Amino acid sequence: MFKHHHFVERNLTLMSVLILITISIGGLVEIIPLYLVRSTIEVVEGVRPYSPLEMRGRDIYIREGCYTCHSQQIRPFRDEVERYGHYSLAAESMYDHPFQWGSKRTGPDLARVGGKYSNEWQVAHLIDPRGVVPESIMPPYSFLAERPLQTDDIFDRMDANIAVGVPYDESMVENAMDDLFVQADPWGDHDGLLARYPKAVVGDLDGDPSRLTEMDALVAYLQILGRMVDFADTAVEDLEAMR
Amino acid sequence: MTEATAAVNEPVAYNEDVIRKFAIATMFWGVVAFAAGTYIAFQLAFPLLNLDWEFTSFGRLRPLHTSSAIFAFGGNALMASSLYCVQRTCGVTLFGGRPTADFLFWGYQFFIVMAAWGYVNGVTQGKEYAEPEWMVDIWLTIVWVVYLVVFAGTILKRKQPHIYVANWFFLAFILTVAVLHIVNNLSVPVTLTGMKSYGLYSGVQDALTQWWYGHNAVGFFLTAGFLGIMYYFLPKQAGRPIYSYRLSIVHFWSLIFLYIWAGPHHLHYTALPEWAQSLGMIFSIMLWMPSWGGMINGLMTLKGAWWKLRTDPVLRMMVAAIGFYGMSTFEGPLMGIRAVNSLSHYTDWTIGHVHSGALGWVAFISFGAIYYLVPQLWKRERLYSIQLVSWHFWIATIGILLYIISMWVTGIMEGLMWRTYDANGFLQYSFIETVQEKHFLYVVRAMGGVCFLTGALIMAYNLWRTILGDLRDEKIAQEPPEARAHLVAQPAE
Repeated sequence: MFKHHHFVERNLTLMSVLILITISIGGLVEIIPLYLVRSTIEVVEGVRPYSPLEMRGRDIYIREGCYTCHSQQIRPFRDEVERYGHYSLAAESMYDHPFQWGSKRTGPDLARVGGKYSNEWQVAHLIDPRGVVPESIMPPYSFLAERPLQTDDIFDRMDANIAVGVPYDESMVENAMDDLFVQADPWGDHDGLLARYPKAVVGDLDGDPSRLTEMDALVAYLQILGRMVDFADTAVEDLEAMR
Repeated sequence: MTEATAAVNEPVAYNEDVIRKFAIATMFWGVVAFAAGTYIAFQLAFPLLNLDWEFTSFGRLRPLHTSSAIFAFGGNALMASSLYCVQRTCGVTLFGGRPTADFLFWGYQFFIVMAAWGYVNGVTQGKEYAEPEWMVDIWLTIVWVVYLVVFAGTILKRKQPHIYVANWFFLAFILTVAVLHIVNNLSVPVTLTGMKSYGLYSGVQDALTQWWYGHNAVGFFLTAGFLGIMYYFLPKQAGRPIYSYRLSIVHFWSLIFLYIWAGPHHLHYTALPEWAQSLGMIFSIMLWMPSWGGMINGLMTLKGAWWKLRTDPVLRMMVAAIGFYGMSTFEGPLMGIRAVNSLSHYTDWTIGHVHSGALGWVAFISFGAIYYLVPQLWKRERLYSIQLVSWHFWIATIGILLYIISMWVTGIMEGLMWRTYDANGFLQYSFIETVQEKHFLYVVRAMGGVCFLTGALIMAYNLWRTILGDLRDEKIAQEPPEARAHLVAQPAE
């Protein structure tokens, strides 16, 4: 073996090819089956693409680097399930480009933060975390409430999402601009929006119904997190059987 | 004299100009990275330091810290050392000439500045260690291909028949990082004039692709590349050949084969299928062996030269680096075991582990290489001050210890607090109680950062005076083995 290695270390091309083969095997064996094995993502009811406002809120969540301190992935342990709710399913992040499971809990897990607090609490906490939780070390995000949400590129964003595989249908794209505004409008007609995006939180999100801010979008996103799947209809045994 | 030996003996006009630039950039970005890290460490202890300003919030500065440490400090150190090493070990100047080398240098700095500008302004893909957006990713791909061409081109026109072992590691690092970078960053831009894009993968597939990338950024950028530094600069500084040629071969191929599999250990107990988690765990444990193979090959190179550690603080830094490498590559497989990971994941233990590798191994071996390089590159007799190197070594070492010990304690503490139940079967602690409990140790960790930054500033001063051509008047300890003869027990008469 050591004698033959002389061939390799005298030939750059041979060495490069051998390196590329050596480093490819592990990744191919681990990643390819995730696309081929059907049981990788459970079949559950309720997972849908984000509404335009939720999607924009998610963009802001990513922009501000929330994932550097908050995970969105509950592990199947007694303490985590009691603290945060049902353990996370692969299906729940199937339309997340990119995934935001995170790797660190400097703050608590957010996979099921939706509905846990009121809109008012979320806004107050984002503006001044220590005003609500005195021991918190979270940075304040008061500027989100002041800044109007950029809306003019919503169709481009929908198209880019479709290009990477998010199943927005024709009516979702057509109504994207209206949906974006109506979700944060307490007096708007929400029937169409809720038909397209069930369980979306509608109404006055940031406490200022007169304009659409980045705070509206972030609250809409936080309030849908973990609520799409109804675990009353999904037995643990069924999920186990799918794995 | 035959023609061949005449050619070998001819003095070669190496391109040292670009190495000098990379060396200065290494030091500059090192200070930036350590300062940013220290600042965000204080933010976690004193949140008012977020300044209620979007550009200085933790979420935006944290990628600035990680990227400037890995890609700016680490990347420049790797380019300086690899391009120096490949010229010397091949006996030829850099392929592509000066313009190509200068493009590589300025192109890479431009990548760093663009990425950093983006982070502060909230331009990010939201994937750890792969935060730069699509335009910056494309630019890095171009620069990286030029790096490969310069490096491989130099090997191709080498005057030595064999490719030296350090260059195997550099080559594997350059090739693999190219593959990782391209695959993990595939995305669709929202518009061709804007920075925002949506990644091609989603959910569980994206998670594994990302940690395949993320773990091998550690494996190939921060390990294979820096092992290349070890294989060239340690023997140079110690004046001894590498301990074992066979061990080099075995540990090189097994390291690069096994590392790629270990990514799923970042996703234990998540929605990733269990078979993938198990593969990740098994390969993480196996990875312990080639890692320690490298450590042994490095440490045993000092056989017969151990006494130099008493007098040569640069060598001491390199050896300490190998010690930290051994420690963190033992800790890594340990944390890759699912049962251990159930406690350590999501906690500060991970942060402590990363820093014992990043500060102890990556930074120390880079400091050693730069301390070796600067007097060589500027044709100085020696460094301005050997004593200042010793100061740097001890202050930085104390800093690392403060850092990793405080993070072990907070990590294990919060991991245990999260899962503690009271006598009635309820969770004992709310989340915020764990945050409160960590405050003091967060201050200790930040002080560790202050020490490490101080050491780097001492180094920067020392290098600056060296470049100016100053020599500090100090007694240089010389202790050849003969001087220690009297310590050897003499037989009684």
